[in-house]
Amino acid sequence: MGLRDRLLGWPVYRQLTGTDPLGRGAAARSPRSAALTPRTEDADRVARSVCPYCAVGCGQRVFVTDGQVTQIEGDPDSPISRGRLCPKGTASRSLITSPLRQTTVRYRRPYGTEWEDLDLDTALDMIADRVLAAREQTWEDVDAEGRPLNRTLGIASLGGATLDNEENYLIKKLFTAMGALQIENQARI
Amino acid sequence: MANADVIVIQGSNMAEAHPVGFQWVMEAKRRGAKVFHIDPRFTRTSAVADAYLPIRAGTDIALLGAVVNYILSNELDFREYVLAYTNAATIVSDDFVDAEDADGIFSGFDPATASYVQDSWQYAGHERDSGSGLTAGERETAAGLRHESHGAPVAHQVRRDETLQHPRCVYQILKRHFARYTPEMVERVCGVPREKFLELARAWTQNSGRERTGCLIYSVGWTQHTVGVQYIRTGAIIQLLLGNMGRPGGGVLALRGHASIQGSTDIPTLFNLLPGYLPMPHHARHPDFDAWVDSIRHPGQKGFWGDARAYAASLLKAYWGDAATEENDFCYGHLPRLTGDHGTYQQVLNMIDGKVKGYFLLGQNPAVGSAHGRAQRLGMANLDWLVVRDLFMIESATFWQRGPEVATGEIVPQECATEVFFLPAASHVEKEGTFTQTQRLLQWREKAVDPPGDARSELWFFYHLGRRLRQKLAGSTLPRDRALLDLTWDYPTHGRHDEPDAEAVLREINGYDTTTGRPLSAFTEARDDGTTAVGCWIYTGVYADGVNQAARRRPGHEQDWVAAEWGWAWPANRRLLYNRASADPQGRPWSERKRYVWWDADLGRWTGHDVPDFELTKPPSYRPPEGATGPAALAGDDPFVMQADGKGWLYAPSGVLDGPLPTHYEPAESPVRNPLYGQQANPTRKMYDHPVNSTNPSPPQQHDQVFPYVFTVSRLTEHHTAGGMSRTVAPLAELQPEMFVEVSPELAELVGLTHLGWAHLISARAAIEARVLVTDRLVPLSVDGRVIHQVWLPYHFGFEGLVTGDSANDLFGITLDPNVLIQESKIGTCDVRPGRRPTGVALGELVQDYRTRAGIVPGVLPPAVTPGVPVEPSGSTGDAEGNR
Ligand code: SF4
Repeated sequence: MGLRDRLLGWPVYRQLTGTDPLGRGAAARSPRSAALTPRTEDADRVARSVCPYCAVGCGQRVFVTDGQVTQIEGDPDSPISRGRLCPKGTASRSLITSPLRQTTVRYRRPYGTEWEDLDLDTALDMIADRVLAAREQTWEDVDAEGRPLNRTLGIASLGGATLDNEENYLIKKLFTAMGALQIENQARI
Repeated sequence: MANADVIVIQGSNMAEAHPVGFQWVMEAKRRGAKVFHIDPRFTRTSAVADAYLPIRAGTDIALLGAVVNYILSNELDFREYVLAYTNAATIVSDDFVDAEDADGIFSGFDPATASYVQDSWQYAGHERDSGSGLTAGERETAAGLRHESHGAPVAHQVRRDETLQHPRCVYQILKRHFARYTPEMVERVCGVPREKFLELARAWTQNSGRERTGCLIYSVGWTQHTVGVQYIRTGAIIQLLLGNMGRPGGGVLALRGHASIQGSTDIPTLFNLLPGYLPMPHHARHPDFDAWVDSIRHPGQKGFWGDARAYAASLLKAYWGDAATEENDFCYGHLPRLTGDHGTYQQVLNMIDGKVKGYFLLGQNPAVGSAHGRAQRLGMANLDWLVVRDLFMIESATFWQRGPEVATGEIVPQECATEVFFLPAASHVEKEGTFTQTQRLLQWREKAVDPPGDARSELWFFYHLGRRLRQKLAGSTLPRDRALLDLTWDYPTHGRHDEPDAEAVLREINGYDTTTGRPLSAFTEARDDGTTAVGCWIYTGVYADGVNQAARRRPGHEQDWVAAEWGWAWPANRRLLYNRASADPQGRPWSERKRYVWWDADLGRWTGHDVPDFELTKPPSYRPPEGATGPAALAGDDPFVMQADGKGWLYAPSGVLDGPLPTHYEPAESPVRNPLYGQQANPTRKMYDHPVNSTNPSPPQQHDQVFPYVFTVSRLTEHHTAGGMSRTVAPLAELQPEMFVEVSPELAELVGLTHLGWAHLISARAAIEARVLVTDRLVPLSVDGRVIHQVWLPYHFGFEGLVTGDSANDLFGITLDPNVLIQESKIGTCDVRPGRRPTGVALGELVQDYRTRAGIVPGVLPPAVTPGVPVEPSGSTGDAEGNR
């Protein structure tokens, strides 16, 4: 390697003499960084999504490689966000892949002091039994004057503002048919 | 928004809470718009605004009312618009007595129920039409929420004075009502210097009218008050007077805080509503299908709600399919009935009292996110069972093990019977479906990957829970099980987890022809004879032609600025509501600059940049025939097509429970005596006399100086509501690692706080601690000759996650807006002391000591009507019921 090559290999020289005086582009390049490719380049799939945090509704592109989300970026096509994301939207890959995320069912029995494991199918069945029992214990057919009530005030629910419309639709439909009308969400708060 | 010439942001820190949306404010500013920010705290929104007005929290109506007064006393209203499109000219009943003339209370007040009979508020000649009776019952069921998409009933044959000179026309009433709301009064009430106020009033009026438009932006800084609905009404009055509604660059924009909080109101997971703002039936008011439908459509009314029978029948048809027939009123009998307040705060108090067995939490964390955290946690500790569906172990799942009440000994794990099921949820990229963002736009998300482990979508959970319930009940002959067994519940599933097909659900929401299965294209196709099924009528069209319109992704740069081919907006893919008002009464654009939707006489139809919010071929000259009802009764120049009279309401003869006009009341907790009226706080506010609840005393009550400071809370850019999706995420937790309180240098000096040291704040409910940030972002305000100190806290912290801290919401008590039952959690009073709070039993003792000194008796409410304010019993009877 001649002197010239060595000098050119020195980023400070390139920064001082080249077209990149701030050292944020060509001047900062090394053989290693030149060989890097963005995580998005070799993605198998890109899903068009929407940020799950606030109601601006910024467009997201979700890059997937080998069944894993490798990157989430702002969608430049969105006329709302024009490719931008704020710190929360930008962190949404970390949200999905956070090591704190719970991926198994946990169960705390009455008077218990610790969590226990529980099979998802069993949990669903236990919950269905408890719903039916609560209905039975608290069902109101009619009011004092004999007018229909058709309801239970023994069951309550809170949540929905971070859920999909389709999900809210099924929740409302099922609870209404169960006679459980005490359903609320963040819009009240 | 980018088309606005002036932007007023109040009750919102948009730059930090809705950062990417804020680019449109900056875009407007680049194009020359003036930007104003009005807020108790100087934020990054203030930093880039042209002017910042510091305001005492809870006094926005006084400031906005003064803008109304400025407009009217200088005759700066957009007169042609106001005359044609608002109810300014309408004559109001002789019986109406303004709060201005009665120390802060309108006519029709009933002290026994602290609610109004609205007869005297009606238009002249229609006094008996209000049909309101006592409105206490409507308060219980948050009936005001129904008006999210339409106005309240009113007779449309009304007396008008086109000269606006009649002393009882709305214009003159409005003028008298706000006459005392002067710049001097703004200075006294809000602490805003009069010069600053005049700068705002001048810019707002100069940038509105034929050639120019102004836009008003708010957020929960307005809604979370005991007069929240009236804040927004005051803003709407200004925007109507200035002709800024239904026009590009105009409007009143609500910035909502959650990805689909708009969707969860449209397709409500709310107790008092069914999809599309249809009311949940009330046991006394809606005995049968006809009574229910008539209460929505008000026979004889103008406007699109006239077709409510078709929307209602089609919803029941979507729910109960073949079982729902015309003969059985489409299974109307299957619907559960309201008897009063079943809202989230009433539920929690009922939990404490042992009335609720089971509770589902679906991506929500009330232990941190709801007012009065201790009440929330005590309620949950007294259930039979609790199901928590979330991405993370949130405080609401672990309160029995690690909550603050475990430290104080109020919850003992070995004695707490609540059985807790934690079920992991799927994230937004692990399922498909639509969110509805803040401007009513539905956007479909594609699924990227499968959820990990046991994680499942809510769609999966509820579909399979429903399936199991129906299996277990199969063969039941009990009448109460019919509604579950008759339910249409046969969605196709796919994948190894049998995930239900979200598009099939969206198709049902859109609606279809029950004989052919064809998806409907518009809600005008809904029928009341059982031939259509529609899950949410305002969403009809999202699946028009069998195509998922919400999934449309034509890039923004390939479209015009309205971008109508990105997603789908309700109703009918319309991006700007009431856009008929963007043209003059004759159908011509008000100006070339503000051209948006107009009448094309050659084609004989409305046209423009957006889907016209008007019957397409109804000419501006159309006048309804005598006796017309429903849409046909709307004249060609009635732009507010969902309103019963087609007009924008400066004055609300009904529909708002706490007054036809906004009035300044002090917050439920305030260190300041109301400078405008004898009546201190909203007399109709919803209070709960439960022993766990309390209100700090305000003047003229005694001991108000025990809690001398005002606190307010809001968001940080880096965190999200109760922190369940941000304190658990490493990059966000690192950026904002600790609970803190912002105080002014003056207050720090007064109380003895040091920058980066500790402080604790005490209310009658709780004491919490936080690190101190001394900053001149907060300034002491001079109010009526006194110095008022305000402090600010983020409300995101709790005891779980990567970063933890005390919860600001623990400080609040429970007092609600009477219209929508939203709690006042943007302002409270407290004491501030240096150092950390005590722990264990001593913590409870400290709070008890404050309660004793403040003379607070648990469960005893402050009086609704301030002593000394004259009120006469209204003499009317109504369906008052329930507690307050
Ligand atoms: S990226 Fe930020 S501004 Fe955009 S939707 Fe998400 S949270 Fe809101």
